[in-house]
Amino acid sequence: MKYLCLVYSNEQALHSLPDSPKDAECMAYAESIQGSGRMVAAEALESVQTATTVRMRNGKMSITDGPFAETKEQLAGFYLIDAKDLNEAIQVAGDIPAARVGCVEVRPVRQLNP
Amino acid sequence: MPGESVPARVEQVYREESRRILATLIRLLGDFDLAEEALHEAFFVAVERWQRDGVPDNPRAWLVSTGRFKAIDALRRRARFVAAQPLLIAQLEALEQADWSAEDVEDDRLRLIFTCCHPALAADAQVPLTLREVCDLTTEEIARAFLSAPATIAQRIVRAKAKIRDAKIPYQVPTLKELPERLDSVLRVIYLVFNEGYSASIGAEVTREDLTREAIRLGRLLLELLPEPEVLGLLALMLLHESRRLARTSASGELIVLDEQDRSLWDAGMIAEGCALVERALTLQRFGPYCLQAAIAAVHAEASAPQATDWPQIVGLYDLLLRMVPSPVIELNRAAAISQRDGPLAGLTLVEAILDRGELLDYHLAHSARAQFYRQLGRVEEARAAYGRALELTQQVPERRFLEARIKALG
Repeated sequence: MKYLCLVYSNEQALHSLPDSPKDAECMAYAESIQGSGRMVAAEALESVQTATTVRMRNGKMSITDGPFAETKEQLAGFYLIDAKDLNEAIQVAGDIPAARVGCVEVRPVRQLNP
Repeated sequence: MPGESVPARVEQVYREESRRILATLIRLLGDFDLAEEALHEAFFVAVERWQRDGVPDNPRAWLVSTGRFKAIDALRRRARFVAAQPLLIAQLEALEQADWSAEDVEDDRLRLIFTCCHPALAADAQVPLTLREVCDLTTEEIARAFLSAPATIAQRIVRAKAKIRDAKIPYQVPTLKELPERLDSVLRVIYLVFNEGYSASIGAEVTREDLTREAIRLGRLLLELLPEPEVLGLLALMLLHESRRLARTSASGELIVLDEQDRSLWDAGMIAEGCALVERALTLQRFGPYCLQAAIAAVHAEASAPQATDWPQIVGLYDLLLRMVPSPVIELNRAAAISQRDGPLAGLTLVEAILDRGELLDYHLAHSARAQFYRQLGRVEEARAAYGRALELTQQVPERRFLEARIKALG
């Protein structure tokens, strides 16, 4: 069984609270679950301001700025992909079969700076 | 020649070449802000150096090269803080002069347009970013044109640049597969700039020439770089609208509708250019909505008087347009053309059908069209009520004055 653990937070406050984790702590934790054999993939995401939402309807792609935010639909899965830039990532996202009925939010993975 | 004329020459090069040089520097450096800084430093150095050594044979190449060295210096200063910089510095130092040949530079301008109009950028940021980076309008000028605070415009531009950097929006012309969707976005930005200039949504000025001029300039630039049918169509459409600018308002600023305009005031040069572009576009066969709208404008432009207008042809073009992009606004325009061909009752029936479906209820032009048909049918009270509804729905001062005058004329 695989689980996807999604971290939700107020991104304005995430790095500024007294109890906010530092990147080094996050990396150490990732290494510890890696060591226990339970890690598949884990990444921090860039801010939602960098998000792009892709939909495919009747073979025509629509691209909009911003995160996916329609509360009547829920997160149904994820693909962690490797693409050379946002255009390539959008092409891959548009070809995900579920993009025809739902939408795919494309978020760049943030490099940690310990 | 070295001497007093140098500062004037630098200024001329800035006016003619600065956007090309910026586009190339953005490609080489991969960073908008670093490129802008390098551009300004290069021009700063040029004033002094050209004074001393004379103006170089190829000022553009000299400025790109100088900008690149300035950027390397800036990166060296930053490299103490950011680990990845040495790699970029090495790449920059290895570049050959050949990387900014004339062809590359033209491609760079196209890359810059596609990047600024990328659909992954917020819709309200695409227009200001394009005007800032491609047209070299200042943030203050853009804010004034769009009646916003400079801080708001500046923030949108900063956010858009941050997204380009952080989401890695590439600096490139889209592939053929991506082109239709991406070109739509570029054309929409250009047409938005034009419309904002042509009919301000709020305020007393109907036209703001500088924005329409920038939009037409962008259209010409895009056509030069990418002669697609819809690019021809959009440029034609803008020229044909712009040709009527002098005839559109009276000396006192009143709006004059198409069939009451003094056609001798129409700009014959723009009409000829617009009509030629439409003809060229329609032979290319892959034409779309902009070409059809331009073709409609061309039929109007070719009529020496309102009664000489070829209404059956206009109705036919609207039929095609409606099939391509179903929209109640196009239906409304088609209804107006039908009323010219078949009489006001035919037009009224079509407009009422749109409103009965619950569409365009808050669109002032739907109500003023209905009012005009009632007026032509002699149904004065219904005309008055419909003009009144239109008046409630628009803030545009010349539109309001026009509607008030129509109500007054009803007696």
